[in-house]
Amino acid sequence: MAVSADTVQQVASLAEQKYKYGFFTDIDHVQAPKGLSEDIVRFISAKKGEPEWLLEWRLRAYRHWLEMKEPDWARVDFPKIDYQDLYYYSAPKSKDDGPKSLDEVDPELLKTYEKLGIPLSEQEVLAGVRNVAIDAVFDSVSVATTFKARLEKEGVIFGSFSDAVKNHPELVRKYLGSVVPPTDNYFAALNSAVFSDGSFAYIPKGVRCPMELSTYFRINAAQTGQFERTLIIAEEGAYVSYLEGCTAPMRDENQLHAAVVELVALDDAEIKYSTVQNWYPGDADGVGGIYNFVTKRGACRGRNSKISWTQVETGSAITWKYPSCILQGDNSVGEFYSIAITNNMQQADTGTKMIHLGRNTRSRIISKGISAGRAQNTYRGLVRMGPKAEKARNHTVCDSLLIGDRCGAHTVPYIESQNASARVEHEATTSKVSEDQLFYCRQRGIDEEDALSLIVNGFCKEVLQQLPMEFAVEAQKLVGISLEGSVG
Amino acid sequence: MLQIKDLHVTVDGKEILKGLSLDIGDGEVHAIMGPNGSGKSTLSYVLAGREGYEVTGGTVRYRDQDLFTLNAEERAREGVFLAFQYPVEIPGVPTATFLKTAVNAVRRHRGEAELDAMDFLKFVRARAKELEIGDDMIKRFLNVGFSGGEKKRAEILQMALLEPTLMVLDETDSGLDIDALRIVSEGINRMRGPDRSTLMITHYQRLLNYVVPDHVHVMAGGRIVRSGGKELALELEEKGYADIASAA
Amino acid sequence: MTNRPEGLRARYLAAFPKTLDALPGAELGWLRSLRESALARFADLDLPEPRVEDWKYTNLRPLKASDLAVPANDSASADAPSGLPRFGDGARLVFVNGRLDAAASSPALPAGARLLSLGAALAETPDLLESDLGRLVPWQGEGVLALNTAFMRDGYVLAIDPGVEIETPIEIVFHGGAASHAAWHVRNVIRLGEGARATVIESHVGAPDAAYFSNPVTEIFAGPSSALRHYRIQDESIKAQHLAHVAAELAEKADMESFVLTLGAALSRNEIRVAIEGHHVECKLNGIYLQRGTQHSDNTTVIDHKVGDGRADEVYKGVLDDRASGVFQGRFIVREDAQKTDANQQSRAILLSPKARADAKPELEIFADDVKCSHGATIGELDEEPLFYLRARGIDTDTARALLVEAFLRDAIEKITCEPVREAFGKRVEDWIRAEKEGS
Repeated sequence: MAVSADTVQQVASLAEQKYKYGFFTDIDHVQAPKGLSEDIVRFISAKKGEPEWLLEWRLRAYRHWLEMKEPDWARVDFPKIDYQDLYYYSAPKSKDDGPKSLDEVDPELLKTYEKLGIPLSEQEVLAGVRNVAIDAVFDSVSVATTFKARLEKEGVIFGSFSDAVKNHPELVRKYLGSVVPPTDNYFAALNSAVFSDGSFAYIPKGVRCPMELSTYFRINAAQTGQFERTLIIAEEGAYVSYLEGCTAPMRDENQLHAAVVELVALDDAEIKYSTVQNWYPGDADGVGGIYNFVTKRGACRGRNSKISWTQVETGSAITWKYPSCILQGDNSVGEFYSIAITNNMQQADTGTKMIHLGRNTRSRIISKGISAGRAQNTYRGLVRMGPKAEKARNHTVCDSLLIGDRCGAHTVPYIESQNASARVEHEATTSKVSEDQLFYCRQRGIDEEDALSLIVNGFCKEVLQQLPMEFAVEAQKLVGISLEGSVG
Repeated sequence: MLQIKDLHVTVDGKEILKGLSLDIGDGEVHAIMGPNGSGKSTLSYVLAGREGYEVTGGTVRYRDQDLFTLNAEERAREGVFLAFQYPVEIPGVPTATFLKTAVNAVRRHRGEAELDAMDFLKFVRARAKELEIGDDMIKRFLNVGFSGGEKKRAEILQMALLEPTLMVLDETDSGLDIDALRIVSEGINRMRGPDRSTLMITHYQRLLNYVVPDHVHVMAGGRIVRSGGKELALELEEKGYADIASAA
Repeated sequence: MTNRPEGLRARYLAAFPKTLDALPGAELGWLRSLRESALARFADLDLPEPRVEDWKYTNLRPLKASDLAVPANDSASADAPSGLPRFGDGARLVFVNGRLDAAASSPALPAGARLLSLGAALAETPDLLESDLGRLVPWQGEGVLALNTAFMRDGYVLAIDPGVEIETPIEIVFHGGAASHAAWHVRNVIRLGEGARATVIESHVGAPDAAYFSNPVTEIFAGPSSALRHYRIQDESIKAQHLAHVAAELAEKADMESFVLTLGAALSRNEIRVAIEGHHVECKLNGIYLQRGTQHSDNTTVIDHKVGDGRADEVYKGVLDDRASGVFQGRFIVREDAQKTDANQQSRAILLSPKARADAKPELEIFADDVKCSHGATIGELDEEPLFYLRARGIDTDTARALLVEAFLRDAIEKITCEPVREAFGKRVEDWIRAEKEGS
């Protein structure tokens, strides 16, 4: 089903604006009929040739979702979503049978990813541009995964979630929903019912993944929800660093993105998960943009395991997202490093949960919120020390920066301790960008926007330095771009 | 170079400069001395283009253009450099990054090619060495945790890198021990030349022993009350501000 | 337990028609309709459940299901026992079981200041209260406040004329006595005219083992450039339920200092909501909560900066032993126009026993950009290093712990600017810690 010429034109005219990923790829799509029902769930499952147990799992989630209410506790405000007015499945037509190799991938798609700055050609990567294996997810499906062979040699499984269901059903069945149960929350339930694709990574015992794993998510089709599901398992002693990036075309409608990410780290394993989220944020008046309602959770199941979340959230009209760690294993470590930038009419309600269950577990939270324009930016976090979390430690620092007098910055931490030997320390500040700093930079010839970008990047330094090198540079630029138009 | 005529400036509704006039020729070094609260720092901020200082009368011409038509960064690129009395700390921004951003912004304006990382580093190291500034200081965040002396030396380093035409030094000698004062003064003296003018704002005479001015002005109550040669500074040191200000 | 889900609510609803005529100001139409509206709200709301965000950490279900009696209908008052707290020789009102004990009271104040019971105030100058009573407390949205507004009686009214300064602290004692299983809903009003100054000390105490429900609500109207020091010690019977609410409105340049020392009650809540309505206001909210056994103490504060140039400082410290639980919730709101607000908050809790628990929810809600707002919250045990250091100098563990707990609380105590109060509260804190030592 081709998208109407009307839309294409509309998008083309929008593309002149600052969001440089706002283009649309005109490509033939296979779409499920609009709306959500058990039939749609069956359609998606059938389309992917899924086993019966997975269909049942989806249907249970769907039925539960019907009974649930959309959460309203977050500090975000948006018109009611009509869940029957969305497409729940959209795939590039040529992918119907799936490309067997990169050569079979539609050249239009490859071009799209080139334009996004993500080379899917292995040649380029081998030439030393980046040492990263990439899984590219286009609307509802994974279109390409690079470096599969190289990874397989090490026993690392990395690819689309659909392939994992086909090729490693025992792993999927064992871990799917074990960290985020299908009934966990409204959006997780919805995702569980209709998720179409996503990435799957499995790092076997003792293996240090030889390259960064990365997924680029791209919403392309109109009126389409994206519901990806990511599952990463690090066996004993394994290590993996994973990065996801997200972009979408500019449209004057809102689009729903409700993803679920589950991480499992066993004894002595470490997962480093980085996100650069740059979904289309809508225009300066708040028209259009992605609703980003995401459930991300990692389970530190094993002793001495570690899960580290780093996020740079600059996009989306609305962000509702709390990457969390369940610190089950003794001595396990959870980290959350976050930069959330909201400008114009964007709203973000984001933070983390650190649930300390095991002895001697440790967590660290560094959150940097920047609010400009008429945006609202909320840090919401929970640190819980369970009764058995002997000697557990948490340290939290939440800093908010305000640029302009019409935006808001909010800090809502929940701190709960049921163990006397545990220690929680939380500090938060809110202030505006210093006039003194701005003037100082300008007196040295640096214009106001560059000065602001410099100062804000400095403010975010502790988080930016957590990102893998090649993405840190990209993220720094993004910080500057996101704040364009917020001064002067 | 710089012609200030009958300048009136108010801050928060209060008049601070009340008809200040000053003429600085090419290559000249002027010193403005005066008691606290006489409006010395206000003058430096007005010249640098800081917001919040309302010019209610008078004109300032800088190299044959109206200075007030330029905003802060444009003035900087046109060669107005202010060495701050209290250089601000910017956490998370490495000094080297800051210097490179500033130097290239000014170079772009002058139509010069931007320096790449290697050339820039060479350029900085050469200048830094003269001011006894080591690599470690350049790697640290801008002014964060710098001692008083380090901050002032860093200001002079920036001045040397940006190669301005008008150097405005606001109490650059304050908080310096004798060794730092020597290093900073030498730095300023190296910059002196026929096309570069200097305006030193200072409370004490001691900097003027190292950087010898062509003209000395006494400021009181928002205007210049006396002008003379370098010997005026010594007279001030002897008699104090009160006598001179009241005699004027 | 018998199935009585609506226990307390049902009894209050049933009692209201019979009680209404006996409540003070029964003859005032506006007050009757205020009480009736409030009762209707209470009928809808009931006491809050933990799913109400502001009550997340305090569960009132035991109170709801309790067999506490509704407020008695009679006007009789029990006699005040001897040995009630006394801080100086200033004016003093004593309430026993929520009723004024005139004999034990000495309300005389210098000219320009009046101290009397709510009942007396309603009888003498009802007009002065009509526009204010209930204005600051959001009874429309919360069951505890709706209940108080429907059943409020007695309490004290303190009115100070512009420019009048009362040096000697004014003392108010609320004693929960013999009448066990009773409940009272006192309503206090403090009104300071422009430039007026006063210090008020409230003592909430009770007979040992008396089970009762004390629900004091205080409305404070602080005029321009006025200064109020408002100190409270909550040392109720260990079986009491204590739900206190203070709502204050501060005009330009007003200065308010609040300190709450919480020791008693099985379950208590100390809620303070301050609305900053004028520029250059100073607001200091400090407190200490010390709990052991199965006690539960909830300290909830909101400072709402509606206009700019305000300063807020807040320090709350808690020590929790045995199976006790403590809550601190503190929110700063800085509205769009409240530029140049400077607000800082510190909350710290120490858990002395493995079964103790602490919850904290400090919150910043900022809509203005030219502000400096911060909070810090810590929960943990006593530092081991200093403990070891003291023991290495030959001090036994219990004494060392007591010393360190005292040191932990000291800076909060020192926030109290009124000397006799600082000394008396400090002494009470020491006693609590010593009892801790002996008990452990």
